[in-house]
Amino acid sequence: MNRRTLLASAAILAAAPAFAQDDPVKAGFIYVGPIGDGGWTYEHNQARLAVEEHFGDAVETVYQESVPEGADAVRAITQMALSGADIIFTTSFGYMDPTMEVAAKFPDVKFEHATGYKTADNVSTYSARFYEGRAIQGHIAGSMTETNKIGYIASFPIPEVIRGINSAYLHASKVNPDVEFSVVWAYTWFDPAKEADAARALIENGNDVILQHTDSTAPQAAAQEAGDVITFGQASDMAEYKPQPRVSSIIDDWAPYYIDRVQAVIDGTWESQQVWHGIDEGMVEIGEITDAVPEEVREEALALKEEIASGEYHPFTGPINRQDGSAWLAEGETADDGTLLGMDFYVEGLTGEIPN
Amino acid sequence: MIALERRRQPSRVWTWAAPLAAVVLTMILGGAMFAALGVAPLEAIRTIFWDPLFNPQFASYSRPQLLVKAGPLILIAIGLSLGFRAGIWNIGAEGQYIMGAICGAGAGLAFYPASSVLIFPMMVLAGALGGWAWAMIPAILKTRFGTNEILVSLMLVYVAESILASVSSGLLRNPDGMGFPGSRNLREWGSAANNELIADTGMHWGVVAAFVAVILTYVLLTRHIQGFNIRLSGEAPRAARFSGVSPARVVIFCLGTAGALAGLAGFFEVSGPAGQISIDFNSGYGFTAIIVAFLGRLHPVGILLAGLLMALTYIGGELAQLMLGVPGASIQLFQGMLLFCLLGVDVFTNYRLRLSRGETA
Repeated sequence: MNRRTLLASAAILAAAPAFAQDDPVKAGFIYVGPIGDGGWTYEHNQARLAVEEHFGDAVETVYQESVPEGADAVRAITQMALSGADIIFTTSFGYMDPTMEVAAKFPDVKFEHATGYKTADNVSTYSARFYEGRAIQGHIAGSMTETNKIGYIASFPIPEVIRGINSAYLHASKVNPDVEFSVVWAYTWFDPAKEADAARALIENGNDVILQHTDSTAPQAAAQEAGDVITFGQASDMAEYKPQPRVSSIIDDWAPYYIDRVQAVIDGTWESQQVWHGIDEGMVEIGEITDAVPEEVREEALALKEEIASGEYHPFTGPINRQDGSAWLAEGETADDGTLLGMDFYVEGLTGEIPN
Repeated sequence: MIALERRRQPSRVWTWAAPLAAVVLTMILGGAMFAALGVAPLEAIRTIFWDPLFNPQFASYSRPQLLVKAGPLILIAIGLSLGFRAGIWNIGAEGQYIMGAICGAGAGLAFYPASSVLIFPMMVLAGALGGWAWAMIPAILKTRFGTNEILVSLMLVYVAESILASVSSGLLRNPDGMGFPGSRNLREWGSAANNELIADTGMHWGVVAAFVAVILTYVLLTRHIQGFNIRLSGEAPRAARFSGVSPARVVIFCLGTAGALAGLAGFFEVSGPAGQISIDFNSGYGFTAIIVAFLGRLHPVGILLAGLLMALTYIGGELAQLMLGVPGASIQLFQGMLLFCLLGVDVFTNYRLRLSRGETA
C-alpha cells in the first residue's frame, strides 16, 4: 500500500463516520387534530414516537398539531421544510394541494401524503384499506342490532368515507337483510361536541349501533351514557370503552410504514410510490372483539378477517348494484382499486343521498 | 386602600398605552405559562415575537407570510370597526367572508377555462357583492323588523358554512377531482389567480385592498360627513337623531361596507393563498377580526398594527410549536391572554387608580 492509497482510504474512513454523524435525519409530521384526540392523530403520533424509539439518536422528529387544511397548511409545511426536515408526513386528505405546492419548492425534501391521489418525484401517497375493517364491523353490527337500525357518523363526503359506509352496509345487510343505515354528516374530523350530539340524536331515533368515521371518543361516551348501544373504536382502539359500548375497533398502525420510509431516506433509496395497505400488511388492525359479542358472531368475524387478509375474499365482490339500481359489479366480480379510490356513490339499499 | 375613580374623560395616554401594556403583560404571563410547560420562557417569547421577523432560517419566508395572514384580518376588521363605532354589532363577518369567496370563485368558474383580463375584476366584484348581500340580510331585518343583528349575523355564519359544504361537494366541485370535494384550484388558472404581485413579498391584491381600506376609512372618519354621522350614532344616538341622521341608513351603510370588505377578503383568500373552495375553507378570520378591531381601538391605523401583531402571534406560535414542541393549545391560550390583558388594562382608560388611607374610608 503506497502512501497515496493510504491517505485516500484514511480519508474515506474519516468521511464515513462523519457522514453517519451528520445531522440526524429529521422527520416532520403535520397533524389535522390534536395529538390527544384519541383517534386518527393520536395513532399517527404513536407512530412518530415509534420512529423515535426505533432509530434513537439517528432520527429527530418534529410535529405540528391542529393544522387547518388550506392556506395555513402551506405555511406550516413550508416552515417545517425550512427547519431542515428531510421527510415530511402530511397526515390528512386536505393537505393534498398544499403538499404538492410545497414539494415543488423543496425538491430535496421527501413528502408523504396520507389518503390523497396526487404524486410527484418527491411526493408519495399512502393510505390504508379501512374498508376491510368496515366489513368486519358491518358483520358484527348487522348480527347484533335488535332494532335493525344502525347509525353512522360520517365526516366528509370523500371516497374514503363513502367506501366505509358501503362496506359496512353490504356486510350488515348480508347477515340481516332488514337492517337500515342512518348516515349523519358531521363535516368535521374532530369536534367532540358535534360528534356527541350526532350520536345522541341517532340513539334517540332508535339506532342501537353507532359507527363513526370521526376521530374523537365522544360518540363512545354518548353511547355509554345511553346504555344498551354498541360502538366500534375508530382509528384507535378506544379501549377505555370496553367491553361495551365498544365491542371492537379498527386500529390504524402507521408505525411500520413510517419506520420503513424514514429508513429509505437514511439509505438514500426513497422513491415516489402509492401505497394502499390493508389487514394483510398490518396497516389495518382489528381490535379485540369483547365478550359482549356472542361467541358465534365473534368466530364468524374472525373468519371473515382471515379470508380478507389471505385475499380469498374481497369486501366488494359482486353482485352489487349502485343505489339507483344500475349494475356495478357482476356475480363474482371484485372492485378495482381505481373505482374504489374515487368512489362517489352508495350501493343499493342505502337510503339518503351523499351531500352535493 | 385602593379604589378606582372614574375619569371625566377617557385618558388619551392610556388609550394608546393600554395595548402596549397588554402586550408586555401577556409576555410576562405567557412566559410564566411556558415555564410551567417546561420551556425556557425567554426562548419561547423570542420565538413568537422575534423569530418570524429576524430568524435567518425562517424570516425570509415568514416575514411576507405576516402580510398574507394579516391582510384578511385587517380588511375584515376595518369593515367591522365602522359598525362597532356606530353601535352596530356585526358578529357574522365569517359568514360574509365565506359568501364572498363562494360568489367570487363561482362567478369565475362559470367561465372556466376562458382566458381574459376581465375575469379577475369581475370575480372581485362578485366577491364583494356576495359579502354585501349576506350582510344585507341582518341589515334589512334590523331596519324593517327591529331584529337583533348580533343573533341574525351570527346564525347566518352557520348557514354560510352549510352552503360552503354543499357547493364544495356539488355545484363547484372539480370535475377532474376524482369525486373528492373541493373546487378547481384557481391559482392554476391564470385568469383567476391572485398570485403575489412581487415575488416573495407576500403582497397579493388582498393585502393591497387592506392597505387601501385603511387609508379610505381614515379619510372617511376624519374628513367625511358620513364618518361623522357614524361616530355620532355610536357616541350620542339621540343627538344623531336630532341632527337628522337616519339610523336605518347608518345600519345599512355599516353592515353593507363590513359585508363587502369581508366578502373581498374571502375572495382574495380563495383565489390566492387558499387556492380553492373546500369544505373547511374558512379558518376563523371573521371571528379573529373582531379581536383585531378592538385591539386596534377601532382606529384604522390601530387595526393595521393590531392585524400585524395578531399575524405575528399566529406565525410565531407555529414556529414555537415546531422548534420548541409546545402544544398547539398553549398558543391559543397565549392569544387569549392577549385579549384578556387588553380588556383588563383597558380599565385604566376610563378609570384612575387612587390610593387612599384606610381611615378616610
